[in-house]
Amino acid sequence: MQTVLRTEPPAHDVDHPRDIVVDLSGSDRAFVLTTRSIAATVLVITGGIGLFLAYSAVPTMNRYGLDFLTGTRWEPESDVLGIGSVLVGTLTVALVALVVAFPLSLMAALYIAEYAPPRLRGFLTSLVDLMAAVPSIVYGLWGFFLLQPHASKVAHWIHQHLGFIPFFRVDTDADAAVWDQSKYTASAFIAGLAVAMMVIPMACAVMRQVFGQTPAGEREAAFALGATHWGVVRTVVLPFGRGGIIGGTMLGLGRALGETIAVLLIISPSFDLKLKPLEIGTNTVSALIAGRFGEASETQLAALLAAGFVLFMITLLINTLAAVVVNRSRSGAGAEA
Amino acid sequence: MTLLDEPRTSADDPTPRTTVRTEPARQDRSVAQQTRLMSSTTAEQRFVQAGSWVAALALAWLVTTRVLAWEGAVAFCLTWFVLGIAFVALTTALVGTWPEVVDRVMSATIHAAVVLLGVALLSTILFIFLRGREALFHVNFFTQDMEGLGPRDPFTRGGILHAILGSLIEVGIAVAVTIPLGIGTAIYMTEIGGRFARIVRTVVEAMTALPSIVAGLFIYTVAIVFLGLPSSGLAAALALGVMMLPIIARASDVVLRVVPGNLREASLALGASRWRTVWHVVLPTARPGLATAVILGVARGVGETSPVLLTSGAASFVVTNPTDGVMNSLPLYIYSTVRSGEPLEIARAFAAASVLLALVLLLFVAARLLARPKKGIR
Repeated sequence: MQTVLRTEPPAHDVDHPRDIVVDLSGSDRAFVLTTRSIAATVLVITGGIGLFLAYSAVPTMNRYGLDFLTGTRWEPESDVLGIGSVLVGTLTVALVALVVAFPLSLMAALYIAEYAPPRLRGFLTSLVDLMAAVPSIVYGLWGFFLLQPHASKVAHWIHQHLGFIPFFRVDTDADAAVWDQSKYTASAFIAGLAVAMMVIPMACAVMRQVFGQTPAGEREAAFALGATHWGVVRTVVLPFGRGGIIGGTMLGLGRALGETIAVLLIISPSFDLKLKPLEIGTNTVSALIAGRFGEASETQLAALLAAGFVLFMITLLINTLAAVVVNRSRSGAGAEA
Repeated sequence: MTLLDEPRTSADDPTPRTTVRTEPARQDRSVAQQTRLMSSTTAEQRFVQAGSWVAALALAWLVTTRVLAWEGAVAFCLTWFVLGIAFVALTTALVGTWPEVVDRVMSATIHAAVVLLGVALLSTILFIFLRGREALFHVNFFTQDMEGLGPRDPFTRGGILHAILGSLIEVGIAVAVTIPLGIGTAIYMTEIGGRFARIVRTVVEAMTALPSIVAGLFIYTVAIVFLGLPSSGLAAALALGVMMLPIIARASDVVLRVVPGNLREASLALGASRWRTVWHVVLPTARPGLATAVILGVARGVGETSPVLLTSGAASFVVTNPTDGVMNSLPLYIYSTVRSGEPLEIARAFAAASVLLALVLLLFVAARLLARPKKGIR
């Protein structure tokens, strides 16, 4: 039998594509409905918290106006409530944490992605994740009991040698024969060091993931041109991972701003507006909430909620920026931050 | 189909297109495909590096103890580090060029930073267990509570049973609520999608930024101040749940999104309904990842102090009914006893922290084991 080629064009019966949206069966409809209602519940719960916080911030903002954000005193007795100094304290702690955590997490990520023997990589990655899983109260204990005696000496040393910069000044005589160690404890500096331990694993995880996606061709091209190992890192890996570096650091910053218990254990609360991280006494928004919620009257509670809302907004802004930076960058297309 | 693009027959083309290989395949093929290890050093370089660090160690001892009298381990280590970098730079500069010097210095700095981090992590874990060991090794520490005991009672009396039970109950309730909600939301976001799913995803991602203390303050205000409920384990569980829900939903979403789409399509093409596809294909594929997400969320919840601090109160006795007034938990017990300032109490707090840390380590190892790909699949 032979194949016959068709010579006349086929009759013009128009093709109707089958409708590919089929009716859902009963069980599927139930499935869609169930998951949708679960999602709606979660939306109501999580969105409700945000709306509730925003709503409870309104009366406080009406009552105190912008002074609430810029005021430096928290005196419920005389009806003066301002979180200016607390915001500055929060930023100081976060800044110290970032200054310590940024180089360390960057180098740790570079080590895992570039320098470590391939056999060790999985283990080191787990170790960084483990560091993220250690409870913050444990870092608080570590910072308070183990780190503080050493860190206060470092603070004293910085004050002695860099005290001419106002930022490093402490209200005591640095060169006294018997220096006053207690002046250098319970400070934003030491709290920042403990918080850095929580920031490092978060930032390091994002950076390592991004560095791991560096195109092998570009690395090898740099090596083939005679670059040293650091030359490859500087010209290929770091530019490729820039988005991850910035994004990871900002995610860590978000964590640093909201950290409560380690800070609360270490600092001694004070309400002065000051930019002296080495000196005893500071306060952060979360420590303020944890310290004051118990004795709060209704107005004060509303003010604490407003402070919490401000903190949440700052964290949210930073996290959103971090996500945008990671997603925009060349390396971040596949990475989830 | 037309006959125009018919492939040419071998008659037109004298060279055969397919050849059967007669000699055996070369054995070293796998070697050629391996990426070359870039950080190879010679024995001489390693010797010079080690020598530099030893020399720096000796000089650091001399500087800190004899010349400048800076006491303390931190000063010694910092001096050693600075001198070591200087020695590495010097010894490289003797034989090498500027890029080589930079390369060695940066490599040494990175290694030193990693050692520092390792020391920090190790010191955290060891320090907690060392300080906790006095109170930890008594059976009564795990079987009794602190009812009627003062801060000066010996370690042979009292324990943290109430805190352990409280932690388990609170986290248990929180997990029982958040897992179905979190994973259900993740399934909706990845498997059904649409505009509403995008809204949910945006809100959930935004709420992962919620500081845990604010979650606690929310529950405190709503449940305890407005509704007038007493401080209780249930309120603490709700606060933990509110904190964990976005974390678990987001992590599960990430895990479900990386399930390969062709598995779903294959299942649907075989005629399975969407529900069956999710239940028999998507969820089993994502199970290790989901388990990891949940366990890490639980580890986070167990260790979180601030929501509990605001909502549960602190009982010194065993409470098993979460709605029945104050309850204690491990992080809260640690926080409140450390604050008391009594040496024996602080020792107890460290022992409780060891238990908490051991619990988190256990959860972490479980998560790692579950996440490991099974042999034979990959």
